[in-house]
Amino acid sequence: MDSTAVAISLKDNISSLSYFVPEFILIGLMLVLIIVDITIKRESTPWLGVIALIGSVIALVAVFAQAALPVTGLFNNMLAVDPFSWFFKLLFLGSMILVVFLSMTSLELAGRNVGEYFILLTATTLGMFWMASATNLLTIFIAIETVSITSFALASYLKTVKRSSEAGLKYTIYGTFSSGLMLYGFSLLYGLTGSLNIVEISKILASSQPHPLTLFVAVLLILAGFGYKIASVPFHFWAPDVYEGAPTPITAFFSVGPKAAGFALLIRFFNTALATTEDGASWYPVVAEVNWPQLLAVVAAATMTLGNLIAIKQNNLKRLLAYSSIAHAGYALMGTVLLTREGVYATMFYLVAYYLMNLGAFLVVIICQELIKSERIQDYRGLGYRAPVVAAAMTIFLFSLTGLPVTVGFIGKFYLLAALVRGGEQYIWLAVVAVLNTVVSLFYYARIFKAMYLESTDDLTLTRLQISPSALVLLAVFAVPTVFLGVYWAPLFDWATASVKFFAGL
Amino acid sequence: MLSNVLSWIIFLPIIGAALILLVPRNEKQTSIIRWISVVATGLQVVLAVFIFMKFDRNTATMQMVEQAKWIPSYNIEYFVGIDGLSVSMVLLTALLSFICIFASWGIEKAVKGYFALFLLLDTGMMGVFCALDFFLFYVFWEVMLLPMYFLIGIWGGPRREYAAIKFFLYTLFGSVLMLVAMLVFYFNVKDPVTGGHTFNMLHMMDQTLHQGLLSQFNVRLLVFAALYIGFAIKIPAFPFHTWLPDAHVEAPTAISVILAGVLLKMGTYGLLRISYPVLPDAMMYKPFAYGFVVIAVINIVYGALCAMAQKDLKKMVAYSSIGHMGVVMLGMSGLTPLGMNGAVLQMFNHGTVTAMLFLLVGVIYDRAHHRDIEGFGGLSQKMPIYTGIVMVAFFANLGLPGLSSFISEAFSFLGAFSSTAFNLRVYTIIATLGIVLVAGYMLWTLQRMFLGQLNPKYADLPEINGRELFTLVPLAIIVIFLGVYPAPVLNLLEVTMNNLIVVMKEAPALWGMQ
Repeated sequence: MDSTAVAISLKDNISSLSYFVPEFILIGLMLVLIIVDITIKRESTPWLGVIALIGSVIALVAVFAQAALPVTGLFNNMLAVDPFSWFFKLLFLGSMILVVFLSMTSLELAGRNVGEYFILLTATTLGMFWMASATNLLTIFIAIETVSITSFALASYLKTVKRSSEAGLKYTIYGTFSSGLMLYGFSLLYGLTGSLNIVEISKILASSQPHPLTLFVAVLLILAGFGYKIASVPFHFWAPDVYEGAPTPITAFFSVGPKAAGFALLIRFFNTALATTEDGASWYPVVAEVNWPQLLAVVAAATMTLGNLIAIKQNNLKRLLAYSSIAHAGYALMGTVLLTREGVYATMFYLVAYYLMNLGAFLVVIICQELIKSERIQDYRGLGYRAPVVAAAMTIFLFSLTGLPVTVGFIGKFYLLAALVRGGEQYIWLAVVAVLNTVVSLFYYARIFKAMYLESTDDLTLTRLQISPSALVLLAVFAVPTVFLGVYWAPLFDWATASVKFFAGL
Repeated sequence: MLSNVLSWIIFLPIIGAALILLVPRNEKQTSIIRWISVVATGLQVVLAVFIFMKFDRNTATMQMVEQAKWIPSYNIEYFVGIDGLSVSMVLLTALLSFICIFASWGIEKAVKGYFALFLLLDTGMMGVFCALDFFLFYVFWEVMLLPMYFLIGIWGGPRREYAAIKFFLYTLFGSVLMLVAMLVFYFNVKDPVTGGHTFNMLHMMDQTLHQGLLSQFNVRLLVFAALYIGFAIKIPAFPFHTWLPDAHVEAPTAISVILAGVLLKMGTYGLLRISYPVLPDAMMYKPFAYGFVVIAVINIVYGALCAMAQKDLKKMVAYSSIGHMGVVMLGMSGLTPLGMNGAVLQMFNHGTVTAMLFLLVGVIYDRAHHRDIEGFGGLSQKMPIYTGIVMVAFFANLGLPGLSSFISEAFSFLGAFSSTAFNLRVYTIIATLGIVLVAGYMLWTLQRMFLGQLNPKYADLPEINGRELFTLVPLAIIVIFLGVYPAPVLNLLEVTMNNLIVVMKEAPALWGMQ
């Protein structure tokens, strides 16, 4: 490389820094947390949460400030700033802020040193930022590993609790294994194309006509890495144990944050590296022989069906929500198989809907851990009379998760199905599988509101439980939009529509 | 207010429900909640009367239409309006909702929740009958599920949990298939103004706007089948009927009335509002038409046989509903003016008659705390007024001339019999067997419960009280009046139904069928 090339590359790196403000804020937050944690040991515990909260809100403001930025490649096209990543960054910070908030009051974490906890959480969010904006196989891998490694530690954060350690170990083993598979897939792809940049890969694939079988194997292996992150079949085995064992705020975080990040990466990678577009409205596979959309369709159908069927048998609510979140990954995946804009923004809309309703449901689980000291469904008996507001909010979240009007969950599912029906006859089977799954999912969600309202409470003393005002406010923060966006969702839809703009140039 | 009377009649109950939720906890709470419900549904009845007076009987076009953009980017509209088909159902819904508030007076458990959910259900029902945008229709259709589940599940009988979830799963299964059908319509019907997609049902009914997938006949058949399953579960048509006896038996009285009186009608309403005019060719496709009639006949005969075998009075009434909805389907199948008008009239009449029956079951259950037909006897000696009303309801149910059901059933049977479409005559003759069976079990029940020796256990059974009479007498008057002079209801629907037949008859030629 001669000196001019080095100079250009250096200049690009330096000019990229101004686009990197939100990430810098998160890194700064980590450093501040470390320093505070070391210097003012024990007494600092409540302050760490406050600092993390303030830091993430500042990062949110910084991300907001990037709203109008044009689509730009950063650091010699290692990362990209575009409306698509912007959409996901807001979603990640939204989940991080909530989880910090929940962790501050969590009973599970009380009395533990939470310094590292918040540091790890911030690092995970930073990794998710990169996942949403990575445009190079190397940055993709680094981003995924950043999220994974910090997640392993977070899952096993309750060191003294056996099932938490078990969760961490399982997460690590599955994570390492699927990372290895993905890395192998990357190396095959690199061997086929000689490039690490996903836009370049697409162009080379189009012009060079690679061996279809090799490419197919590469795609399959890469899918292992992504599938692990979104917990799709057959890479879902870690999810229930991790969800059950991890501290509940972290479970809530895992079920939305890294999952959404996995979807961001999946959409960007498949629609950029393996597909090409002429009009920006629909894509088609860059190598026609490798029909990965149908592969993803089968994965989606299997994921939702398996998640729903196993969820029926669960008695622990956290575990039930773990399986239900597998099923929801299957629903969201339906939008990505279509290679149309409608499909992509249906997935994005669904992820926001899922963010609201799933975090809402986990919020209720956390509140109930304090109220009734249990996660088992049968212990929710009579909750409708003992804590009417909490039970009503839970019912709203469950109806939304089932996909019944008038909730945002219904609208999300509606758009996914609409995209499928629009996508053509070859995908209508998937739509039918999805709606039948909805019926199955009702069966287990109904068990929860059945316990809360229907089951006999003759043997219980129905005293009213005291709920803290902050918990009520948080419930409202999730329940009100869940219903409101079910009645009038145009703003959210427009936002998702406007955000399907990838970095595509070089 | 009167310019958007339909919005008022749909959303009045929601306003009532919101007020109920705001009622503070004190000793007067229960009565305040009840009276809010009375006022909300009472105003609905006033509006329904207003609609009845103002409704133009000489046109088949939609009336009292309100149209507003809801989600412009997806062309979803708030679009409501009524024609002859919906107006009769709107009247029925308003009437039965009002009566059911009084029938719910005895509810003691979680009163606030009960009436709030009931009013939410009311909004859902009204909305279904008024919606002309398919998306809106679907939302209202599904909105009914939540209150219905809880109303059966919390305030129901001993097996309420099972009955509630069974109802919920069955209906959801039907409606998700309808969702897919709806999306196929949406993407394959052209909006005549913008050229885009549309949920507007009136556009969907215009066959010339169908394109894409909807121009393929086998797709039309599949979509029709998906819709049919959704509606058949609600009717309920054999073999999708098994949720009904459970739900009806376990539900509290007022909810059984709403279930049988209004919710079952949504199935046939949906067929007439959507399946018939949007996919007339699929409806008239021979195997489908035959299947439709065969199911109607099975409903009539099988429903009657099942009813005859029941020991539980409420279950008997529930099965008799299955039979009577079969009559509605039979009337609809021949596409003759007589049959179609008879079918819709039968929907209305069955609503009132079956409401009476369930209310009467409730009256005796509140006193004796069981519903075993064999466990009574000679009740006419202790409860003469009650027995008198029972006679009206029972005879109406078996179709005695002079009472409302006779006319509508006769119309339906005659209409089907006069059709030359296919072997409808044979099926109609088999179906008439059902009438004999209905007469058989109704009279047998009457004899076992009310005639003969008085069961000494019930020697001091109190007579029907004023509140119960207040719920039953208006219905009895309607049943007798429409039995003598059905014109007020028939006039409402005649033009609309005759127009629908014309539309249907034109369709086969349009789609190149025989």
